[in-house]
Amino acid sequence: MVAPDSLQAELEQQRSYLLRYAMLQLRNQTAAEDAVQETLLAAIEGGHRFASQSSLGTWLVGILKHKIIDHLRRQAREPLLGAGEDDEDDLERMFDATGHFSAAPQTWASPEASFEQKKFFEAFEQCVKGLPAKTARAFILREMHGLETAEICKELGISTSNCWVLLYRARTALRLCLEKCWFTAGQKA
Amino acid sequence: MRTCKEVSRLISQAQDEKLGFADRVALRLHLSICKSCVSFRKQLDFLREAARRFPGPGEDGKS
Repeated sequence: MVAPDSLQAELEQQRSYLLRYAMLQLRNQTAAEDAVQETLLAAIEGGHRFASQSSLGTWLVGILKHKIIDHLRRQAREPLLGAGEDDEDDLERMFDATGHFSAAPQTWASPEASFEQKKFFEAFEQCVKGLPAKTARAFILREMHGLETAEICKELGISTSNCWVLLYRARTALRLCLEKCWFTAGQKA
Repeated sequence: MRTCKEVSRLISQAQDEKLGFADRVALRLHLSICKSCVSFRKQLDFLREAARRFPGPGEDGKS
């Protein structure tokens, strides 16, 4: 069992790491700091339950995810800034008039090599930040929280087909972004 | 014959829902002859895995 003092110090070290995760999803400094603070408090209270087989970061992110969902639900009444939601340009340019890819999707080299690099996740983070707010939220709820599309529709107050469109836009934008910022920027895995 | 544009939407949708029979058949047929769409699907699989692992290696160097 970890002594209370060193647990507290270790938790503090994780703060900036957790803030990055929270900022990606909440897009609001205050909300992100609140969520992280709640997470660290919960961790201190539940510290004796920490199983040493997973890393501390992973355990904390698990708690943080719940706090984030709580925040998102509380924020639900506030409309997300919709600027750029209808930005079809990049998507339209992806295909030519006959419906073929304008540029053939690259074969991305071994994923494991990318996943070991901090810089990859920084690039990924930037790409997600570049998405319009609602698009990003749909993607994050689906891919990071594992919500089913029906649940996402409910959270975002949109129809099922709208949900699929948002997820499609998110994925196509992200792959374009990664092709530009990671796979062709000399950072080949 | 479905275009890559149409198929790209199916590939994305297949990540979230089970496709209807006709769509599944069309998708499989198209993927059997289109390298671009096969690459596209692999890219989406990669994105899924990246999101799952985010934020990646932590301060302690572990994922």
